Amino acid sequence: MRPRPVALGTAAVAATAIALLPFTLSGYHQALAAQVAVFFIAILGLNVLTGYTGQISIGHGAFMAIGGYTTAVLSRDHHMSLALTILVAFAICFVCGLLVGLPALRLSGVYLALATFALAVSVPQIPLQFSKYLGGSGGVQSATTLGHLRLYGTSWTTAAILFVLAWLILRGRTGRAFRAIRDSEVAATSSGVELAVYKTLAFGVSAAFAGAAGSLFVMGTNGFAQPSEFGILLSLQILVGAAIAGLGSLWGVLAGAAFVGLLPTISSDVPVIGSTHGQDVVFGLLVILVMLLLPTGVAGLLHRLRRPQART
Amino acid sequence: MVELAHRRFLRVRRPPASPVGLSIVAGCVFLVVGSLTSTIFAQQTVAGLATGAVYGSLALALVLIYRATEVINFAQGEMAMASVYVAYQLMQWGFSYWEAFFTTLVFALALGIVIQVVLIRPVQHKSVIAVVIVTVGLFILIDGIVDWIWSADIKFMPAPFGPKVYHEGGVAFARNDVGTLIVTFCSVVLLWLLFQYTKLGLAMRAAALRPAAARLVGVRVNWMLAVGWGLAAVLGAVAGLMAEPAVFVLQPTLMQPILLYAFAAAVLGGLESPAGAVVGGLAIGVFLNLVGQYVHFVTSELRPPFAFAVLLAVLLVKPTGLFGRRSVRKV
Repeated sequence: MRPRPVALGTAAVAATAIALLPFTLSGYHQALAAQVAVFFIAILGLNVLTGYTGQISIGHGAFMAIGGYTTAVLSRDHHMSLALTILVAFAICFVCGLLVGLPALRLSGVYLALATFALAVSVPQIPLQFSKYLGGSGGVQSATTLGHLRLYGTSWTTAAILFVLAWLILRGRTGRAFRAIRDSEVAATSSGVELAVYKTLAFGVSAAFAGAAGSLFVMGTNGFAQPSEFGILLSLQILVGAAIAGLGSLWGVLAGAAFVGLLPTISSDVPVIGSTHGQDVVFGLLVILVMLLLPTGVAGLLHRLRRPQART
Repeated sequence: MVELAHRRFLRVRRPPASPVGLSIVAGCVFLVVGSLTSTIFAQQTVAGLATGAVYGSLALALVLIYRATEVINFAQGEMAMASVYVAYQLMQWGFSYWEAFFTTLVFALALGIVIQVVLIRPVQHKSVIAVVIVTVGLFILIDGIVDWIWSADIKFMPAPFGPKVYHEGGVAFARNDVGTLIVTFCSVVLLWLLFQYTKLGLAMRAAALRPAAARLVGVRVNWMLAVGWGLAAVLGAVAGLMAEPAVFVLQPTLMQPILLYAFAAAVLGGLESPAGAVVGGLAIGVFLNLVGQYVHFVTSELRPPFAFAVLLAVLLVKPTGLFGRRSVRKV
C-alpha cells in the first residue's frame, strides 16, 4: 500500500473540506457531522477486522459501549479531561478486543458472527446490574460537556489521527499478514504468518477504534452514557455502514458513515413520511436498495468506475 | 434433509455413544429426577419447555434457511412479529382465534416466498454479507411498517388456550404452556413429515444439498429455495403466535428477545441440524427458567449475558455446536 499521488490528493481534499466545513454549518449540523465522524471511526475499525482479516463482528456496539462508559465514568469520578479519556477508552478497548479475540480464534464465519452478536446484547445489560457504579438504566453523566464546534473539532481530529494510524498499521508487514489470513488461513500459516497473533491483534485494533468512537459518541450525546443508546441497533448500524462502505476505500468509509449517520435525520425532515416510523421505513428500504444495486458497497462501485481508466 | 446426508455417512462406523448424546441423556435424567422430587422444579421445567419450544421453532426456521442458503436471516423474528399483527387484525375483523391462526400461516407462507423472490434472490449469488445486510434492512423496514400501520402502542389479543391451570399431583401446569408445547410439536412433526415423505420435501432437500445436481435432474432449485423461505416464515409465525400469550401483550418488540435465544438455540444445536435447533431451544428454555429460580445471582438483567456466556463456553469446547459436523478445510 504505497501512497499513490491520486490517493494522497483525494485524502488532502477530503481533509481540507472537513476542516472548512464547520464554518458553514449551524451548531445543530456541526453535531450531526460529528456523529458522522463517530461512525467513520467505528466503520474504519470494523473494516480492519472484516475487510482485512475476514473475521466478522456484529458486536462493535459493545466496544463502543465500553469506550463510552469509560469516558463518562472517568469524567464523572476523576474529572479527567475528555480528550484524554479517548486515549484511555482506546487502550481499554484494545485490551478488551484482545480478550475477545482469543476465544474468537476457535470460531469462524457465522459462529463468530453470532458470538459477537451475543456480546452486543450482553454488554449493555451490565450497567443495569451494577447500577451503583454504572448508573443503571438512567446512565452516567460526565462532569464536563463539549460545545458543538469543539465536538466537531475533537471528533474529526480523532478520526484523522486514527485514519493515519490504520493506514500505518495496514501498509506494512502487519497489513500483508492480515490480508494473507483473509485470503487463505492455510496458505498464510505455511508462509510463516502467526495466525493466532495476527487475528487477535486485528480484533484488538478494531475494538480500540470502536472504543474511541464510543467515547466520542458519548460526548455527542451531551456526555451522557446510557445502556439503551448502545443497543443492538448500534452494532447493526455499524455493520450496515461497513457493508455500504465496501472494503478498502476512504470514500467508501466516508459514504457508509454519512449514510448511517445522516440518513435517519434527513429522512425525518421529509414531509409525508417524516415521522419516526416513516424514518425506519425509508432507512430499511434504502439499505435493501443499496445492497441490491451495489452488493460490494461504494468501494466496489469506485473500483468498477476506475477499472476502464486503468486499462487504457 | 438429514436423511440424505446421513445415508452417505452411514457406512462410516460411528462411535457407539458420543459425549453429546450422553450429556443430553444425563440432562433428561436430571430433569426427571428433579421434577419427581420437587413440585416447583417440575413447574419450572414445564414452563421452560413451553418457552423453549417457541425458541426451538424459531431456531428451526433459522436453520432451514441457513441449510439452504448459508445465510442467517436477521428478519426472521420481525417477519413472525408482522404475522402476529396480521392475526390480531383478522381477529379485530371478527375471525375466531383458530381461523385467524391458519389464515395467518397462509399469509406467512406468501410473505416468506415473496421476500425470497423479490429481495433475496437478486443478491443471493453475489455475496453472503450482502444477503445478511438485506435481512438487517428488512428487520428495520418491517419494524417501521408495523409501527406505521398499527402504531407501537401495546395491543391485547384473545388468548388461544385461556388462563386455566391444571393440577396434577400438586404440580400446576398452565393450560397455555401445554397448548404451546402441543402446537409447536405438531408443527415441527408436520414439517418433518413434509420433508421426509413428500416429493416436494425430497426436491427441497435435494435443492439445499446439491443445487447443481438437483437442477440437472429437473428440480426447480430457485423455486424450492423460495418455498423454503415460505416454510421458515410459517414456522416463525407459529412461534410468534405461541409467544404472544406468554407475554400477554402485543407490541413490535415482541420477537426481539425471542430471536436472540433462537439464535443461541440454533448455534447450540450446530446451525446445520434441525434436531439440534429444537433440542437447543428446549435446553435454553428450561435452563433459563431453572437458573432464574435457583441461582439468585442471575437476576433478570443478567439473564441474557449469562445465557450467552454459557453458549460461548459450549462453543469453545465444540466450535460447531452440539450436532454440527466439523468441516474439513482443503487448500
